[in-house]
Amino acid sequence: MAVQSPQASPANFTAGLVAHFVTSVQEVFSTMLGTTVNVGSPFRKKDPVPQYDVSAVIGFSGNVVGSMVLAFAKPTALQIVQTLTGAPMDISSPDFADAIGELGNMVAGAAKKHFGLVASISLPSVIIGAGHSVARQHEIPTIIIPCTTSLGSFGIEVSIKTVAPSV
Amino acid sequence: MKVLLVDDSRTMRNIQKNVLKTMGDFEAAEAGDGLEALTAIAMNPAGFDLMLFDWNMPNMDGLTLVKKVREKDKTTPIIMVTTEAEKVRIIDAIKAGVNNYVIKPFTPDALVERIKQTLDKAKAPVAV
Repeated sequence: MAVQSPQASPANFTAGLVAHFVTSVQEVFSTMLGTTVNVGSPFRKKDPVPQYDVSAVIGFSGNVVGSMVLAFAKPTALQIVQTLTGAPMDISSPDFADAIGELGNMVAGAAKKHFGLVASISLPSVIIGAGHSVARQHEIPTIIIPCTTSLGSFGIEVSIKTVAPSV
Repeated sequence: MKVLLVDDSRTMRNIQKNVLKTMGDFEAAEAGDGLEALTAIAMNPAGFDLMLFDWNMPNMDGLTLVKKVREKDKTTPIIMVTTEAEKVRIIDAIKAGVNNYVIKPFTPDALVERIKQTLDKAKAPVAV
């Protein structure tokens, strides 16, 4: 998997960390949804930024800081939640947001275990709103991992960097 | 079988209940965090046959919950079901008193196997 090198690479940006999200999303979707994720070439997020209808945001802290966003168009999110829960669900239902959040939790957690660094993940936040984008800290580049499945296409936005352990 | 399911995600608790259904009759109590779990335990003086705890939860996390439970209950089997997969975390959980550990994501078969393993071990006579 090739990652386009950022034109100006900030200190501590690690493309290798991003690769763990490819492994984790494939593992989570295969195990929990019984579906294969085909991953396209990751690319650096730039204008015009992609817009989504449903996003799960997970923060990282510790020796890895930043965030991950698992982001979907509404039809894909509905299909994925139905597959995960075994029942169709309205997008306005709290259980819908809960399901998306738990999916994000598992993708972030499964990536974290491969970091080999001390890191914690936050509880998930879920954003539901047509055509939104998620903005992050400017000094950490955001890499978008495009994914396709039989349930639809979605993106993983990874904006993380390593930090030295505090003394 | 009376089971306490503790996870801030109702989706995950429902997945666990669906797995338990395949194992036979059971009665489930649920809690969304460690504090709710302690209340559920206090309200069930007859106790539970099995407890499944998530780690990362609001108000009281799973590791703290395990320690609180083990202050008074040394025997009810506890399985930690979590995304925390680092060896140091697993060791922390075992030291706190969990009987088994399941890493998310998991297949239904994997969870069934782990539950059976845990319950079988809990029933096994202790060697004198």
